[in-house]
Amino acid sequence: MISFEMPESIRKTTVLMETIAENMMRPVARYFDEHEHEIPWDYINFMHEAMKQMGVSSIAAKNVKKKKEGPRLGNQRQAFMLEILSWGDSGLFLCTPGGGLGAAAVQAAGSPEQKERFLSCHTGEKPTFDAMALTEPHAGSAMPAEVRTTAVRDGDQWVLNGEKIFVTAGHKALVDSDGFVVIWATIDPSAGRAGVRPFVVEAGTPGCSVTKLEHKLGIRASDTVSILLQDCRVPFENLMGSPEVVKDKKKGFKGAMATFDATRPLVAAMAVGVARAALESVKQMLEERGVEVQYGLPRNRLTNIEREIIDMETMLRSTWLLVLKSVWMLDERKPNTIEASMAKVRAGDVVVKITQRATELMGPVGYSREHLLEKWFRDAKINDLYEGTGQINRLIVARRILDYTRHELS
Amino acid sequence: MYSFEPDEEQRMLIEAVERYATNDLRVAAHDADEEGELPAGLIEKGWELGVLQASIPEAYGGFGERSVVSGVLAAEAMGWGDLASAMAVMLPATYAIPILVGGTEEQKTRLLPPVIEAEWKPYVAAFIEPSFDFYPGEMQTKAKKNGDIYLLNGEKACVPFADKAESMLVYAGLDGQTQAFVVPTGVEGLTVGEREKLMGIGALPMYRVKFEDLEIPIESRLGGEDGCDFNPILASAQVAIAGLAVGVSKAALDYVLPYAKEREVWGVPIAQKQSIAFMLAEMATEIEAIRLLIWEAAWMLDAGKDVTKEAYLALTGASDMAMMVTDQAVQVLGGHGYIREHPVELWMRNGRGIPTLTGLAMV
Repeated sequence: MISFEMPESIRKTTVLMETIAENMMRPVARYFDEHEHEIPWDYINFMHEAMKQMGVSSIAAKNVKKKKEGPRLGNQRQAFMLEILSWGDSGLFLCTPGGGLGAAAVQAAGSPEQKERFLSCHTGEKPTFDAMALTEPHAGSAMPAEVRTTAVRDGDQWVLNGEKIFVTAGHKALVDSDGFVVIWATIDPSAGRAGVRPFVVEAGTPGCSVTKLEHKLGIRASDTVSILLQDCRVPFENLMGSPEVVKDKKKGFKGAMATFDATRPLVAAMAVGVARAALESVKQMLEERGVEVQYGLPRNRLTNIEREIIDMETMLRSTWLLVLKSVWMLDERKPNTIEASMAKVRAGDVVVKITQRATELMGPVGYSREHLLEKWFRDAKINDLYEGTGQINRLIVARRILDYTRHELS
Repeated sequence: MYSFEPDEEQRMLIEAVERYATNDLRVAAHDADEEGELPAGLIEKGWELGVLQASIPEAYGGFGERSVVSGVLAAEAMGWGDLASAMAVMLPATYAIPILVGGTEEQKTRLLPPVIEAEWKPYVAAFIEPSFDFYPGEMQTKAKKNGDIYLLNGEKACVPFADKAESMLVYAGLDGQTQAFVVPTGVEGLTVGEREKLMGIGALPMYRVKFEDLEIPIESRLGGEDGCDFNPILASAQVAIAGLAVGVSKAALDYVLPYAKEREVWGVPIAQKQSIAFMLAEMATEIEAIRLLIWEAAWMLDAGKDVTKEAYLALTGASDMAMMVTDQAVQVLGGHGYIREHPVELWMRNGRGIPTLTGLAMV
C-alpha cells in the first residue's frame, strides 16, 4: 500500500531536531565557518547529553536498542534527522558525536559481537567519534578495488601499513576522543578487490597517526584528515568479514557495498537539508520584499523568479522522496543499491544547482558573507564528491540498469 | 508509515494493464499514429479492463472506490503502451471523475450509470482552449447566468471524439471561477469544427468545438446551483497526465537500454561509453524521482488534502522529465532516432504534449 504518512515517532524526532538545528546550530554556523578547525564543544556536549537522554546515539542506536515490535524505521528516522541537522549546519552536523560513517561500516559489515564491542564506546560518559578511511592518495573513486594499504596477519594480530586521506572527522575520532576509525586494507594484494576488508583501529593504537588537517572550500567546522599507518597492530578480531580470500569476488566485496547502500542515502539526505536551507532562505527574503510565488500558472505566465522557485521546489521534493524510498528499502531489507546511488546522484546535483541559483538570485546579498547563502553554496559541493562522486554513482546506476559488470562499464 | 510498494490489488491492476499495453497498444501505436486512426476493437478491449469502473462506487454503477494512486499506476502502465490510445481508453474518465468528485447526489445517480454500465462510449470533456497562454484558472469560454439558464460562449480545442460524443463536460469561467457544465451534443449553439492536426497523439481524433449562446439548464451545472470546487478536479487532471508521462518516459528508456547494448561504435556497444551510460542513468533517475512526486500528490488527493501546489509541481516535474527523457532517447539512437521506423521520435512528439494536454485524462 503506497503511503506518504509520516510515522508519529518520526514526527516527534523531527520536532526535536528542528529545535536543535535552529537554536544550537544556526546561531554559530558563521562563527565555526570562519574559525576553521576550532571544535564546537558546546554543540558536541549538548548532542551527547541529548542523545543519552533520548536513549539513542545516532547510528549506534540501531544496534544498542534491541529490536522492538512494529515496523523498522531506523534508517528513515536517521534520514530525517540528518536532513534537519544539515539544514541547521552541515559542517556542525559532521561534528555530531556518537556514530558517523565508521559506525555505519560496523553496522553494515560487523558481526553482532563487533557491533557490541565497537559501538559501545559511544554510550559512555564523554562524547566520542568515529570515521571511515577508504580514499588513498593515488585513488578515490576506484576504491575499494585499488586499496594499497596492507594488512598482514601476525599471530593473533593484523599489522597495517599505508596512508589514508580525506578522512571525515578523523581528528575527532583519534585525537579529540577515544573513538575509532574503520580502515579499508587488503589482506591479499594479488586478489584485487576480493582481498579488501574493513578493520577497526581504535584511538591510541600505536602506529596510527593523524598527519594532515585539510583546509576546505566548505564544511569547515568538520575536520578532514590524513592518517598514516606504520606497523599499526590491531587484534585479529578487529577485522570485519572473512579472513579468507574467496575467489568468488562478490563475497569479499560485500561489506563495502553494504556500507554504501546505507551511507549514500544518508549523505543524500544531508544534501537535501542544505538545499532546503538555501531555498527557504530565498523564499523568505522574497516574501519580506512582498514577492509572492504563484503556483498553478503555465510557464508563459510566470515571472523568472517564480519559475526558478517552482523548479527548485520540484527538484528538491522529488529528490527527498527518492532519499526516503532508498532508506525505506533499507529498513525493509530490500536491495537498494540502485535507489541509493540514484538518490546520491540527484541530491548531489540538486544541492549544487539550488545553492548556485540561490546565491545568484539574491545578488550581492547572496554573495555576501553577512548571510549564510554563500556558505551553503560552499558547503553544498562536498555532497557531490564524498561517498562517491556524482560520476561514480552514475556508473553504478548505469551498470545496474544495463546489467553490466564493472569490467563491461567503467 | 511510509511505503513505496503497490498493494496486491494494485499489482494485479498494473499487471493486467501492462499485458494490454504490451500486446495491444504497443503493437498498434505506430500505424495508428501514421493513419490517424485507432484499430477497431482496441479501445473496447482496454475499457473491459475496468480501470474506471473500479473507481466508481456500486451506487453509481461501478464496483469499487476511487483511488487516485491506483489511477496513476494504471495511467503509467497504459501510457507505456501508447499515449494516444491510453487517452482514448481513459476518455470517459474525463467525464465521469469530475462528476464523481464535484457532482450532486442527483447528478451522480443520473449521469454516471449510463457511462459506467455500458460499453465504451465517447463521453468527453472540453477543457483546453486554443490560445498560447491558456490557463485552466481563467477559462476564456464563459458561462453567464441568464434567468433560470446559463448561456455558454467560447471555443475549445482538443476535444476528443467531439463529433461522436454522447455528452460533453464543458469547462467555463463563471464569475471569475472555473466551473463545469454537462452539455448534450447535437444541440443548437454547439458546433463541432474540423479535426485538429497536432504534432503528436495523432491516433486520437480531436476537434475544435464552438459554443454560441448555448443554453444550459441550471441543473446541468456540476455541483448544482452552488457549483463545484475546481481545484481537486484540476489536480486529478494534473496527476493523471503526469502518470501518463511516466509511462511514455519509461517506454523510451526501456527501448533504448537494449538498443544501446546492441549498437556498436569502434567495436564496443555504445552503452559501454560513459557519455551514453551517464545519459541512461540520468534518464532512469529522473523517472524514478518524479514518479514519487506524482505518487505523493496522488496519495494526498486520496487523503482529501488540498494538493493545488503538489499536483502542479508534480506536473511541472513530469513535463520536464518527459521532454528530457524522450529527447535523450532519440539522441541515444542518433540518426536512427529521427526515422519514424523507431518509436522514439513518436514518444518525443508525445512527450512535448504533456504540459499542454492537461485535461485529456483524469484519475
